[in-house]
Amino acid sequence: MDGIHDLGGMQGLGAVDHSPAEPVFHHRWEAVARALLVVVAGAVEASGGEFRHSIERMEPGHYLTSSYYEHWLTAAATLAVEHGLVTVSELEARAGERFPLSGPVLAPPVVDAGPDVGRPRFGVGDRVRVREWHPPGHTRCPRYVRGKAGTVVRLDGLYSVPDIEAHGTARRHEPTYSVRFDAAELWGDGQRGVRVHVGLWDSYLEPS
Amino acid sequence: MSDSTHHPAPMSPVEQRVAALEALLTERGLVPDGFIEQVTHRYESQTGPMNGAKVVARAWADPEYKMRLLADGTAAIAELGFGGPEGDHMVVVENTSIVHNVIVCTLCSCYPWPVLGLPPAWYKDPPYRARMVREPRALLAEMGCFLTEEVEIRVWDSSAEVRYLVLPQRPPATEGMTEAELAALVTRDSMIGVARL
Repeated sequence: MDGIHDLGGMQGLGAVDHSPAEPVFHHRWEAVARALLVVVAGAVEASGGEFRHSIERMEPGHYLTSSYYEHWLTAAATLAVEHGLVTVSELEARAGERFPLSGPVLAPPVVDAGPDVGRPRFGVGDRVRVREWHPPGHTRCPRYVRGKAGTVVRLDGLYSVPDIEAHGTARRHEPTYSVRFDAAELWGDGQRGVRVHVGLWDSYLEPS
Repeated sequence: MSDSTHHPAPMSPVEQRVAALEALLTERGLVPDGFIEQVTHRYESQTGPMNGAKVVARAWADPEYKMRLLADGTAAIAELGFGGPEGDHMVVVENTSIVHNVIVCTLCSCYPWPVLGLPPAWYKDPPYRARMVREPRALLAEMGCFLTEEVEIRVWDSSAEVRYLVLPQRPPATEGMTEAELAALVTRDSMIGVARL
């Protein structure tokens, strides 16, 4: 989905609030939220894709104004409700306030994943173009490279396609690649000497 | 009679929500005893940038190790005993005087846990994720890492399954140092690529 999580290239977000060192968890609740997500994901057998998508479906205003571990909490609660472990009314009764969850899945369940793709279509040095598409479900194809041409710099082996595993129990494995893009071509701003490398699945790409 | 000193701090709204979910899942028998403490302990004391620093120091001290590290990051890192989730497929990218590497995850916050621990807050927040792929030279300068136009910047967006570690350049005047002394020079930021040593 073209969600708020797909941040690459967005402007107006301000300075990076950098600190050279910080505690692993700033508050105890962060560690608890992290552990609860592991509990829920294990209980409902959520794939990595389904987990990530449960964060991506957060209401954009909530996403931007809450911390990383509040994202994990929202994901854990959303998956727990969607898989019937708890209900929203139980959560709200216990919390004593509204318990915001992520929005609904917009894509239909994937029933037929199609056959695995064992053989890479592209090799190092090949020019490729990222599909210009806008899938309504989970994807790991960032918006900022869609429709853009780049060069394969590395083959990274076969992995389950996130777009499929997020939407059911079907799986398809495909080759993955690291594709190099020239930043000036991505942004049309004439910047020099900057290359951006993006990890992409085979079906995200077409020959260029 | 006031008993204000005995009141615990009121829970924030997010703490109330965490407590609500924790209570409901515990009642359903889904949270094993001690699980939360176990997870906390693992990330607070068993992993962190000190692991990555050992990898970097070994690469500086041992040219053959460095070759193995650049050829197969996962295997070479495993030689030092580090591996596991978010470190199953590691690629190590080397900084030189004319190439600077930096890692980011624009879609979430992917990060090489076994060698760097859990990511810092700023790495997970929107400004870093949005800007590092768009204006890395300006953002790096803003973060105190100034690179001349002659230095090529290679940004690595961890959008698929590979996780990256930057191999910083060995600082000058470090000949004769032991690996432990070298490791003490290596910062988390230099292995993310937002600083040079």
